[in-house]
Formats: sequence, structure tokens, C-alpha cells
Amino acid sequence: MRLRYLLPAAVLVVLIVLFAFGLQHDPRAVPSPLIGKPAPDFSLRVVGADTPFTRDDLLGRPLLVNFWASWCVACRVEHPLLMELARQGVEIVGIDYKDTDAEGLRWLQRHGNPYRHVVADTQGTAGLDWGVYGVPETFVLDAKGIIVHKHIGPLDEDAWRSTIAPLLAGTQG
Amino acid sequence: MRISLLPCALLLTAITLRAAAQPGELTPQQAARYQALVSELRCLVCQNQSIADSNAPLAADLREQVRSQILAGRSDEAIRDYVTARYGDFVLYRPPFKPSTWMLWVGPFLLLAAALAFTLRFVRRSPRASAAPVDPNRLQRLLDEESK
Repeated sequence: MRLRYLLPAAVLVVLIVLFAFGLQHDPRAVPSPLIGKPAPDFSLRVVGADTPFTRDDLLGRPLLVNFWASWCVACRVEHPLLMELARQGVEIVGIDYKDTDAEGLRWLQRHGNPYRHVVADTQGTAGLDWGVYGVPETFVLDAKGIIVHKHIGPLDEDAWRSTIAPLLAGTQG
Repeated sequence: MRISLLPCALLLTAITLRAAAQPGELTPQQAARYQALVSELRCLVCQNQSIADSNAPLAADLREQVRSQILAGRSDEAIRDYVTARYGDFVLYRPPFKPSTWMLWVGPFLLLAAALAFTLRFVRRSPRASAAPVDPNRLQRLLDEESK
């Protein structure tokens, strides 16, 4: 058996591996260049109030920053999990992205509020600085305000258990 | 004559005023830069469109950023850096050449070179595989047998 007869088979194997890898990979999930960097500065206010809320309010303990909106359908999908996490004592800061205060508050009233703080990003300026391109997106921040992870799309049990929970636990110490 | 001159003068003035750059409006030069920039930035919502083509709200936000930063006198380089700092090299339709992207730039040429090498080998080899030389006597014998 000459080697050249094995070549097509070898090419096929390489292609199968490549395609298998491609199927696992979500082209919509674009890795953020902000991982490992300090969370971008912002100065917003709390939804339905004039209380300012800035980057400094995120420092001192690890937490999740969740960009959501009342008009966002996928946010409904992850909402029960966020409620459960809040019950377990995970601190989640919700940033209401390109939304009105009234709509945002009504949504939280109807579905429940998992957020320790709800912050209004009416114009989406903070979203732009944080590299948000489609809600929901969830950032994991350590106590120093460094972004250690970004989850794009609705948060699920799998991502929480395999990635985010260990990260939050790891940044505690 | 005097009556028709006035509208003409007014029209001319209006045109001149319109052409002169107003604050908040791009000069033709800046508009060209704007067009070039927005057509080479990828929209992350609908990934196969540039932010010039996309109707996504995020694309509108980014267009507005590009416009206002051009007005603020920032260079193309600075604006590109602004966008990649937030969304990564993925937003550039012409990504920079660096360790993580060299395959993207060189890959097609490598494939072409491999295909050429393969073709060349194939073409060179085929004449050698031609039929063995024909013995004219044997051929004649065969033909004779056939015609019997």
C-alpha cells in the first residue's frame, strides 16, 4: 500500500476534525477584547431615580453585571436562572440597556427583580463602551473591577456551573 | 430683468450657504473619510454587513460615533482603535497582521501554492505512465490473425 493512497483518507480525517470543531463554535459569540482588563468607566443613574451609579459602585466584591432590556426576548429565557442565583446570594447588577425607566420597572415588577442594583443606560453609551452588541450579555467582575469573563446570550445552568460559578468563587479570595 | 435677478441671487446665496460647512456637518473630505471607515467596520449584530449597510441599532450608534469623532478631529487610526478596543479585531474587515491573524492573510496563498505544487507533480508524472513501446512485428502478427 503506497502512502499516496492514504492521502485522501488523511485529508478527509483532517476535514472532519475541522468541521466538528466548527460546529462546536458559535460564530455569533465574538471574544471580547476587554477580558482581563478593568471594566470601562461609566456614570449612569439608578432606574427610576436620580441616584448616580458609577464604576466605583462595582468595586470591592466579585459580582455579575448583566445587560438586559424589557424589549429583549432572550432576557426572559435567562431570567429564572438569574432569580435563582439572586436567591443564592449572588450579587447581580442589572444594566437596563436602551430602555425607558417605566418599561424596565414594569418588566421587573411582572417577572421579578434579581438585581441588587438596576442601572439605566437609556442611550446605550455604557453598552457601547463595554462592547455590548446584543442583550443579554453578562460580565463577571472580580473585586478589583477587572472583567474576568463575558457570557454572550442568555445565561444557562451549564455556563453557570462550568464557568461562571468557579470564576466567582475563585475571585473571592 | 430686475425681477428675475433677485430670485437668482437668492438661489445662489442659498447654494453657497448650503455648500459651506456648517458646524455639525461633515466637509466633503470628512464625508469621504466617514464613508471609508463605516464601510470597513463590521456590524456585530448582522455579521456579514458593514456598519454602513446595516440597519441594526448598534450599527447606527457606531456610525454616529464615527461621525462625531471625525468632527472632533480624531484620526482614522484613533477611531479604529476606539472600535477595536471594545469589539476586538473581528470588527475590522481588514484585520491587522499579527500572530493571531497571520493564517488569515497567508492561508489562501499557502493553499494556492500547495494546489500548484500538486498540479505540477501530477502533470509531470502523467507522461511517464504512457503505454509501453509497441513492437511493430507483433502488432502486424495480431492484425494478420484478426483478418484470417
